[in-house]
Amino acid sequence: MTTTLVERDDDRIDLRRLLSDNGALGGLIVLVLALAVMAPNFLTAQNLLNVGVQAAVVAVLAFGQTFVIVSGGIDLSVGSVAALSGMVAAWSFTEAGLPGWLALVAGLVTGLAAGLVNGVMVSYGRLPAFIATLAMLSVARGLTLVVSDGTPKSTPDEITALGSTIGDYLPVPLLVMLLVFGLTGIILTRTYAGRTMYAVGGNADAARLSGINVRRSTLVVYGLAGVFAAVAGLLLAGRLASAGPQAAVGYELDAIAAVVIGGASLSGGVGRATGTFVGALVLAVLRNGLNQLQVTPFWQQVVIGVVIALAVLFDTLRRRNK
Amino acid sequence: MKNFGRHRSVAAAVLAASALVLTAACDSGSTGDDGAPAISIAFSVSTLNNPFFVQLRDGAEQAAKDMGVKLIVQDAQNDATKQINDVQSFVTQKVQAILVNAVETDQSAPIATAARNAMIPLVAVDRSIDGPVVSEVTSDNVQGGQLAAEALAKAVGPGDVVTLQGISGTSASRDRDEGFTQGMALRSSIRVVTKKGAEFDRAKGMDVMTALMQSQPKLKGVFAENDEMALGAAKALGARAGKDVMIVGFDGTPDALAAVQGGSLAATIAQQPRELGRLAVEQAVKTVRKEKVRQLIEVPVKVVTKDNVAGFRN
Repeated sequence: MTTTLVERDDDRIDLRRLLSDNGALGGLIVLVLALAVMAPNFLTAQNLLNVGVQAAVVAVLAFGQTFVIVSGGIDLSVGSVAALSGMVAAWSFTEAGLPGWLALVAGLVTGLAAGLVNGVMVSYGRLPAFIATLAMLSVARGLTLVVSDGTPKSTPDEITALGSTIGDYLPVPLLVMLLVFGLTGIILTRTYAGRTMYAVGGNADAARLSGINVRRSTLVVYGLAGVFAAVAGLLLAGRLASAGPQAAVGYELDAIAAVVIGGASLSGGVGRATGTFVGALVLAVLRNGLNQLQVTPFWQQVVIGVVIALAVLFDTLRRRNK
Repeated sequence: MKNFGRHRSVAAAVLAASALVLTAACDSGSTGDDGAPAISIAFSVSTLNNPFFVQLRDGAEQAAKDMGVKLIVQDAQNDATKQINDVQSFVTQKVQAILVNAVETDQSAPIATAARNAMIPLVAVDRSIDGPVVSEVTSDNVQGGQLAAEALAKAVGPGDVVTLQGISGTSASRDRDEGFTQGMALRSSIRVVTKKGAEFDRAKGMDVMTALMQSQPKLKGVFAENDEMALGAAKALGARAGKDVMIVGFDGTPDALAAVQGGSLAATIAQQPRELGRLAVEQAVKTVRKEKVRQLIEVPVKVVTKDNVAGFRN
């Protein structure tokens, strides 16, 4: 058929399978190699840890987004929900006087609630996912401003710990990202809920006719996206040691881009945790690498936009050629 | 399933990535790898979507060029998280000093920590940083706020005025508000009826002003904590700006100076962004050279009205 990267070494079947399963992975590897050559400080342990930390928030948002996109929907509200969850957690601690761990739980519950409202609007209200979550984007951002009164609020130690490092080197956001990655993989491939997401995303009518409760599946999907957004919001607040009213503006687009670069289809039914993980890393490596190469900030945005467009373009061509 | 042919996209992604990296490399070519200057410093700017900070950067770049040091600039795009990421990148690039114009003073503690852990000296530019810095270079914002109060009182006479506030977590907004409030306290005939936030943004200033025109019909004056918001307010007021409602801005950007000349702004408090940028780079270079630095430099500000605006517009 076509040539592959690893055609020559036939004994490395595993790598070959991994690459052919995951289009973006090849791109990521080349990107890393190119940067390693061009930016002398790129391939240092400290910088790679930085890349991991920088990828974490978008990656966690993107894992939540993966459920939604696999099931044929879209969630535009994750950035705002992340900000709201972080802010509610910080507010619960500073203003309502809850203990730190309870404030953390309050943040997670906020994310879950926002996600479930999205799910209800989409499944029972029959609103298009784009509209329902666009509304939530605005509502959650507005509520964040209301709760915060426009000023950043400091976070309890329990949340600040999420943004710090264990010992000198091990960043907690990296660990959380890997944990959420594993969880996403398990949910998508090993659980009934995950399998129904693919069925619903592939063909909702067929799924319904074969006895799948599509409404319940939709609720689960948006609920998960909400909780994951809350985790991302807590990570973000933890890194800054405070929750800001303008946190995570526009991050939903990064999350969607990461999922799509990872090979998921916006028409539903296709997508994996590994793809999304690679997609998030591609974005983070690109940002970090362009910084290291001292590309001016304005050009960085252009380059990142072009990469997203190309990734999706090739994906579309691939589908059409099939 | 649908995985057949996915390896084709491997090749595609590879091509795309390498092409882009090469493009990127060419872009960065202008910074020049050869003749590597001895000192390299970095500057994280809060946003370049505001002419004031563009001038600030220009001043810094000019100073770096004059002094023969290498300066890396990154735009945090008003995102406190992106600013930390940028500073971390500076650390891995082993720069010898970092200038930071913080997105939010309140959210800048992790920046100070990152720099301290790497033992890289930090210079705060225009806005304070929540942590130790070797030098802070800023406009005298409190004095600027007082001057703004004086200018607005002179233009309005007795009556009600409002304040358009900037990003609330920044020292610049806080200090200007403090100075303005002090200045207003000296004058009993003029009164601040409300303060609204518009995030230093022109479009937001316009929206907030539009709402205020409904809720405060008797309004006689506006103090905007930067020129972008002042120009937004002037746009919302239309022909009433400079006639029924007097506006005083802050920064002295080219657009604002033109508006002062044209009469839609009563006055602006001119800062010297290029001077700020230049002094900040100077302090950073002095630190690296182990020369004595000044811990706090407050660059004076000046009131610009129609009478003296010509002198500020080159």
